Amino acid sequence: MRVGFFVTCLVDLMRPSIGFAAIRLLEAGGAEVFVPPTQTCCGQPAYNSGDRADAKALAAKLVGEFEECDWLVTPSGSCGGMIRTHYSDLFRDDPAMLRRAEALSTRTRELADFLVNELHLERVPGRYECTVTYHDSCAGLREMGIKTQPRALLAKVAGLTLTEMADCETCCGFGGTFAVKFGEISARLADNKCQHIVNSGADAVVLGDLGCMLNIEGRLRRRGDHKTRVLHVAEILAGDAA
Amino acid sequence: MQVASMHFKERAHVKLHDALLQSNLKKMQGKFVAKRRASLIELDDVEGTRDAAKEIRDRALENLDVWLELFERNATARGATVLFAETPADINALVLEIAARHRVRKIIKSKSMVSEESSLDHAIEAAGLQVVETDLGEYILQLNDYEPPSHIIGPALHKSKEEVADIFARRHGTPRRTEINELCLEARQMLRQHYLTADMGISGGNFFVAESGSVVLVTNEGNATLTTTLPKVHVAISGLEKIVPTLEDVATLMRLLPRSATGQSISNYVDILTGPKGEGEFHGAEHMYFIIVDSGRTAVLASEVREALRCIRCGACMNHCPVYQNIGGHSYGWVYPGPIGSILTPMYVGLEKAADLPSASTLCNQCGVVCPVRIPLPDLQRKLREKTFEQHLRPWSERAGLRVWAWFAQRPVLYAVASKVGVRVLRWWGGKGGLIHSLPFGGGWTDERDMPAPTGRTFRELYRGHAQSPAPSERPRRAA
Repeated sequence: MRVGFFVTCLVDLMRPSIGFAAIRLLEAGGAEVFVPPTQTCCGQPAYNSGDRADAKALAAKLVGEFEECDWLVTPSGSCGGMIRTHYSDLFRDDPAMLRRAEALSTRTRELADFLVNELHLERVPGRYECTVTYHDSCAGLREMGIKTQPRALLAKVAGLTLTEMADCETCCGFGGTFAVKFGEISARLADNKCQHIVNSGADAVVLGDLGCMLNIEGRLRRRGDHKTRVLHVAEILAGDAA
Repeated sequence: MQVASMHFKERAHVKLHDALLQSNLKKMQGKFVAKRRASLIELDDVEGTRDAAKEIRDRALENLDVWLELFERNATARGATVLFAETPADINALVLEIAARHRVRKIIKSKSMVSEESSLDHAIEAAGLQVVETDLGEYILQLNDYEPPSHIIGPALHKSKEEVADIFARRHGTPRRTEINELCLEARQMLRQHYLTADMGISGGNFFVAESGSVVLVTNEGNATLTTTLPKVHVAISGLEKIVPTLEDVATLMRLLPRSATGQSISNYVDILTGPKGEGEFHGAEHMYFIIVDSGRTAVLASEVREALRCIRCGACMNHCPVYQNIGGHSYGWVYPGPIGSILTPMYVGLEKAADLPSASTLCNQCGVVCPVRIPLPDLQRKLREKTFEQHLRPWSERAGLRVWAWFAQRPVLYAVASKVGVRVLRWWGGKGGLIHSLPFGGGWTDERDMPAPTGRTFRELYRGHAQSPAPSERPRRAA
């Protein structure tokens, strides 16, 4: 099983360790991981900003890079959602590209979902003697159906206790370029999220999208909270968090 | 209503720092959400009902002209007069014409958001007539010098009962009462005299039923029933998209509307009004008029956001929107706030006057998930973002930043070089703590947040070194 791993631009730039943790998990599940070296971005920032031409160019580039793989797996519900649910809209006027994009879309999976539902991962190497709470990122939850998968995986981590925060499905306020265009509103939403995290009593908030991670961590630190950790689910599962 | 949507950001800033409003919004938050959820469970097949509702609305919009003609024929046959308003000004002109014809001096109104589009109350007063709002929320706002509504089903939701107590005491000249029951009773006593002395009642219209020529009104206070039946003239004003083919269709939509709106299985009152009072009938207005409003709606019908016209105005999208919940309805600057407003406002008043609204959402899709008629609100917002991009309605810096980034992202070699430099600079910028406290051109982010700094090398550089060694499956397991 040849799995094309889409690192995502944010993991590539900001926190490469998440990418390596994800690859270790995929390999532990028996996948042969291929990382197309020319990959950059799925085109979502352009798409959501109304720049359809650039979004299309980047999407076409990504399709070409991954279509030979059996699966495309990515440690982000947001980028996965872009490929799986929006590429068909981008290529609605281009039948040839549409066919290729849809063929890839159906084989696109978010990491936690893939580990649970395709690789049926039984054991995870990670060990984490802490209480964590899980934030459901919007695109993962509402575009990719990611809800039980990361929780099922976290349940396999030795020593870990999962506690649910209030409003775990409410947006953290990131929203891509929204976070910069409407920084003040975005920060307020992030602040509400931080309050729920703190109220949950968890030592760490775990999630599956780096955009939300940067937003939540950035707000937590500005609030003066240097204690609550912000971790990608792959980091915990792979044992990078301990 | 005067459009203030171009000042969205400034207005949101003010609202975010309005402590009283924030406390009022917090109290309201979650109530709608929980009630909606609990009442939807009563339905045997929620998703099937939503599919049916969407299909009904699409069927109506698909042949809107046919249904409108049928409605006009049936309503006319029952003795009502059907008028069409192309612009907001036409609404006001038609109302004043009808008022003049029947020598009207006092008008009472039940809630009509469409009449807010044309500032009908102001036009009525400017013509020297008296107008009294009878929906409790609208009544409060009218007393408070025509404060604009902040929510489509609860116009005064942003007000606390203490604020209402102040307004009543000041405007009624009565002792200040703070119990909700007492306040309601006071409003009722004040309004009762107006019901009995008004010459004309204006209502909105939740649905226009084509097969019967009826208007359906969904309310909770009973004021619409009094408004439409006591005065000698009744005028129902609503958008042309509110047409529904049959009464059976209304029954389906009614399974979703009150549940999605207030979490009620059914609203306290549902009025179905067909024609004026007939020969020998005891109740009803002697003259009945319909004003069916275009005012930008046919343009929406012909556009790529036409699905927005399926809207049945339940307000669930705003009740569930994290942005709306934090900034309130006034920030949006026109009649329709929240996710549906971010589509309708630019379409009705002009994208250039509301260019921020389609972008003022995180695209979290909580609205799309709860919409009873399955309007894909984030997709529609994105379509309008494409228009703002095409029409250069966003700041040049935003556009330039996007283009530069996209240019690099399409050139992997240059992108690799640029990103290598970028992450190193940012790492240095973040210092020992690994946190960036301020960023040039990134103030939107760093004014109230830190930016966790990158770790200094990109995944792709690290992976290249890693992959030149053994084949992936034989690779040693190591952390980055």
